[in-house]
Amino acid sequence: MRFMLLFSRQGKLRLQKWYLATSDKERKKMVRELMQVVLARKPKMCSFLEWRDLKVVYKRYASLYFCCAIEGQDNELITLELIHRYVELLDKYFGSVCELDIIFNFEKAYFILDEFLMGGDVQDTSKKSVLKAIEQADLLQEVRAQDSEEEEEEEEEYPGAGCPPSPGHLACRPQLPPSRH
Amino acid sequence: MSLCVAYGDHREGEVHRGVMPWAGASVDMCLELTSGVRSLCVLTCAFTEHECPNSLPMRNIVSLSSASPVSYTGPSYCGSSVARSQMWILMCTTRFRSTIHAGQCLWCVCLGAQLPRCWRLVHMLPADEFSAFPASPPFSIGDKALDGYSKKKYVCKLLFIFLLGHDIDFGHMEAVNLLSSNRYTEKQIGYLFISVLVNSNSELIRLINNAIKNDLASRNPTFMGLALHCIANVGSREMAEAFAGEIPKILVAGDTMDSVKQSAALCLLRLYRTSPDLVPMGDWTSRVVHLLNDQHLGVVTAATSLITTLAQKNPEEFKTSVSLAVSRLSRIVTSASTDLQDYTYYFVPAPWLSVKLLRLLQCYPPPEDPAVRGRLTECLETILNKAQEPPKSKKVQHSNAKNAVLFEAISLIIHHDSEPNLLVRACNQLGQFLQHRETNLRYLALESMCTLASSEFSHEAVKTHIETTERDVSVRQRAVDLLYAMCDRSNAQQIVAEMLSYLETADYSIREEIVLKVAILAEKYAVDYTWYVDTILNLIRIAGDYVSEEVWYRVIQIVINRDDVQGYAAKTVFEALQAPACHENLVKVGGYILGEFGNLIAGDPRSSPLIQFNLLHSKFHLCSVPTRALLLSTYIKFVNLFPEVKTTIQDVLRSDSQLKNADVELQQRAVEYLRLSTVASTDILATVLEEMPPFPERESSILAKLKKKKGPSTVTDLEEAKRERSADVNGGPEPAPASASTMVGPFLMAVPRTSAGVPSPRDSGPAERLPVGENFLLNMSVCQEPIGGIKPEAFLSPSPGTPKTPLIQMAGLMQTACSTPSPSADLLGLGAAPPAPTGPPPSSGGLLVDVFSDSPSAVAPLAPGSEDNFARFVCKNNGVLFENQLLQIGLKSEFRQNLGRMFIFYGNKTSTQFLSFTPTLICSDDLRANILGSISPLQTKPVDPTVDGGAQVQQVVNIECVSDFTEAPVLNIQFRYGGTFQNVSVKLPITLNKFFQPTEMASQDFFQRWKQLSSPQQEVQNIFKAKHPMDTEITKAKIIGFGSALLEEVDPNPANFVGAGIIHTKTTQIGCLLRLEPNLQAQMYRLTLRTSKETVSQRLCELLSEQF
Repeated sequence: MRFMLLFSRQGKLRLQKWYLATSDKERKKMVRELMQVVLARKPKMCSFLEWRDLKVVYKRYASLYFCCAIEGQDNELITLELIHRYVELLDKYFGSVCELDIIFNFEKAYFILDEFLMGGDVQDTSKKSVLKAIEQADLLQEVRAQDSEEEEEEEEEYPGAGCPPSPGHLACRPQLPPSRH
Repeated sequence: MSLCVAYGDHREGEVHRGVMPWAGASVDMCLELTSGVRSLCVLTCAFTEHECPNSLPMRNIVSLSSASPVSYTGPSYCGSSVARSQMWILMCTTRFRSTIHAGQCLWCVCLGAQLPRCWRLVHMLPADEFSAFPASPPFSIGDKALDGYSKKKYVCKLLFIFLLGHDIDFGHMEAVNLLSSNRYTEKQIGYLFISVLVNSNSELIRLINNAIKNDLASRNPTFMGLALHCIANVGSREMAEAFAGEIPKILVAGDTMDSVKQSAALCLLRLYRTSPDLVPMGDWTSRVVHLLNDQHLGVVTAATSLITTLAQKNPEEFKTSVSLAVSRLSRIVTSASTDLQDYTYYFVPAPWLSVKLLRLLQCYPPPEDPAVRGRLTECLETILNKAQEPPKSKKVQHSNAKNAVLFEAISLIIHHDSEPNLLVRACNQLGQFLQHRETNLRYLALESMCTLASSEFSHEAVKTHIETTERDVSVRQRAVDLLYAMCDRSNAQQIVAEMLSYLETADYSIREEIVLKVAILAEKYAVDYTWYVDTILNLIRIAGDYVSEEVWYRVIQIVINRDDVQGYAAKTVFEALQAPACHENLVKVGGYILGEFGNLIAGDPRSSPLIQFNLLHSKFHLCSVPTRALLLSTYIKFVNLFPEVKTTIQDVLRSDSQLKNADVELQQRAVEYLRLSTVASTDILATVLEEMPPFPERESSILAKLKKKKGPSTVTDLEEAKRERSADVNGGPEPAPASASTMVGPFLMAVPRTSAGVPSPRDSGPAERLPVGENFLLNMSVCQEPIGGIKPEAFLSPSPGTPKTPLIQMAGLMQTACSTPSPSADLLGLGAAPPAPTGPPPSSGGLLVDVFSDSPSAVAPLAPGSEDNFARFVCKNNGVLFENQLLQIGLKSEFRQNLGRMFIFYGNKTSTQFLSFTPTLICSDDLRANILGSISPLQTKPVDPTVDGGAQVQQVVNIECVSDFTEAPVLNIQFRYGGTFQNVSVKLPITLNKFFQPTEMASQDFFQRWKQLSSPQQEVQNIFKAKHPMDTEITKAKIIGFGSALLEEVDPNPANFVGAGIIHTKTTQIGCLLRLEPNLQAQMYRLTLRTSKETVSQRLCELLSEQF
């Protein structure tokens, strides 16, 4: 796999993962181009398309597009299921995941992706073992956080500390049911 | 970039002005600086102090230079919590980055005078981005110094901002610091930041590598995991250098935990992909293969990926993996869906692993060991059987996973291409998928069928599954690919008809490709060329807009090369043109073909000459300029073909709308053609306007276009596969090698070729060859003034004094025009651009850039004969400089005063492409100081790295003589021809005498100056034996060619030759006098040169002595 992108229907990039060194400029160009192509496609169209010299596999879950670019020889269907497995992992971890979870806990989304995929290849396909690794890491974090003295009132929410977004967001958050089309 | 710190509170209605600019500040400085200030927001922008009128507290703040470390000594500001407003500021800043970088003071623009507007802008931002923005600024600094926790927090926030799509160019250092923390969370965020933001070429890599090294050595599996992930994520060469030796050890060590093993395998894979040379193969490879037997399926999955990639490059070393993979696969395939626990995905056992194992097996031919082979066949059969079973679950995931394995199995079957039974089953399976309601499956089935179609066995089987009723455009595209792939002589007519009918409803995005494919198939499998002509005309009718130039060029090439089809083609286009509305491309084809072969149908009263002409002319006014230009050429051809319509045509040409057309090209053609038709006799007309000679056979330009469109890999593979398979493909018409002169047209055959710029237009469509000789006609008979951007004086004749017949002049002009391969100079003027200006080189030195490149690594010794050729060019400017079996180098140069321009023509004499074609000019430093040159290709791109067979490319060298010089630059050409590397060096004949301006003077003047230059340094004399017969006329020509004026009746002895001239250099002008005294009895010459500069005398004498 060359890269993986998550973006919203409005064309906002939510997560990007590159498995081949690409310059910033090139990345931006590719992201912009690919988003245009994918967003223009109708829901009933097939999930694969040829783009530049790559094959793109994408799937839409609620308002989010998951988009993988693979090479000519790679298997499209299994990549599609790779996306699904990743969504399942997110879902399991966050408990019915939504776009805001990925926005506010982006680092978790990355950690999960890293545990699942590495260098563009599947590292472990077992849901259990991936989640176990993440939980262990979380546990480490908890322990560290408790014995650190600076556990003062941290009233503002900010990304990265694992705090959930304010209740206002929760109320209106759209759920991400794994949609099928 | 400078960094500026701003703070403020919008609720008070304004933001406090506080700006601290300094140069070259880094983030640490900023952090340090801001540690005393509450609630600061860090902005990056660039401006200078005086540009910012609002910078009031500037005095209180230390202005920092880039050199000195900084500490903040200003007052402490107690801002209240203004987090949100500061975020807005930040957003504005990032939004306005371009403005900032332009050197404008963003602070003024954004937060000063135009504050209200700025707010409005912020409020207009999309709601989701707005709410998504964290309420606090990225660096909200308390009174404490930065501890690890806050550092982590800030880095995380920066990351967040980056992920929202804004640029982050600071904070890297903080992230690197976090790596060395031993708190897991801090380390984790540090690694994340680096893997997301650090590009492989960052300078921080060394620091990062250190941290990673420590973590790898820590033996703490969690830390090792993080470090391995980081390596895999960045995966740069530096990392490969540092860790490629280390990771295999971790991978095969007995005590490594499973999860670390997985990471290590994939990490190694990533490094191998980036820099395969750095990963040492060793005894670890055999142990890696045995990971296929590992208990832990996760480890097996990761290891299979690694082995597959390694096996592609080193098949021998990993051969043992085949049997292991087969047995593993067989265990998975036969297992019950519950056996593998969590590795079963929607009732499919380990689909990922199965796919990867099948992929690994595709690196090898079918196993030789019959047992293994049997077992594999069994596996594949089981997989095919499973496809027929009722699904265990209704979920799409189940069928997807199952079919993923199935498709991979099918591609293995196709790859092996050895079991007919399996192939037929696979093919039937794909046939079933073609009818499936799932779009994805139809797409994939078509894709697999494409590969299947080029496999020997199942060709017949595929044919039964033609089907193109499909709504999804990408699937239809696949279907077209399949049709294209499976086309052969037996079904060509059917398939082409089908594609044509499909074209009528096809999506716009794929029409052009279909058009190309139809054109190719029609040409390739045409038995009956009338069918071909019909097909292409249909093509133009249905999708005229998508018919590219190449397609209609090709029709004309084929019609002209095939006698049998010409009459039919003329008749068909004539009929097609009768449609009330026809596409312009049809008019082009029609115009061309009727102009050539209209006589073949003129016997029929329904298509008499006048009717043909009126039909074409009725379209004339609806067409674009290039087409009209083509039609004008058709008219003049009609004048020759049908003398009876001559007056009608002359009337048309004479009409104001032609003769005074605003378009220069049209006007010029009208004027020239009218003149030609009036002055030229029938014989001349017949010769000039003769039927075009056959085109030389070349690769179809359409195919080249399709290749370009599709990227090199896809088409060539298919083409090659097809070529091997089907010997019944048309070899095309018999090759008709056309020599250079026939290319230019019969008219020039009588003309001696003075210049060697081989005039073979590079990718000549028919258009480039049609109206032979219009430019010269203009010069010959119409007028002597520049018209249409063609300046006669631009083509400097090498020696103005030489009497020339008009014919030769014409030839020179023709050659110049023809040998310019740039499309803009095509003679028909379809490109509608005037020929590239070759006027006198610009005199301003600013344009002449010194780009004589530095010597390349390896330069071939001078080619044999180079010296001789070099000498021949001393007295002439044009000719062939070098020639061998592969390559011909022609020169054409013009010099005026101290400036010169040299056109170098590289002609590929073979039919194969030259690759990586790189000509370089090599000059010694000395020489470089004395002549400045700039090589600039006439076309926009530098000389094309590929030169097609039979084609010619051109390069222009601009030369300026700064002061006198003796050496000559060397032209080195390197290219690949059929896999071998070619390296040619020739001396480029740029000699001092090229900058000669002849001076006429009377006898008295001459001797007066001769006496003035009497000091011994100024005179150089050489007495030498004649190498060539001593012919007075030749000698005279040589002296004139040398550049000096030949002064008659100056020397008292009429047998002697006397010349005078001035050498122009940028700095000085050097007067030169020369005298050549032949001695016929002794067959000797005495050459005397007197110039004001010793080195010049010396060099000129050397050069000239060589000539006699």
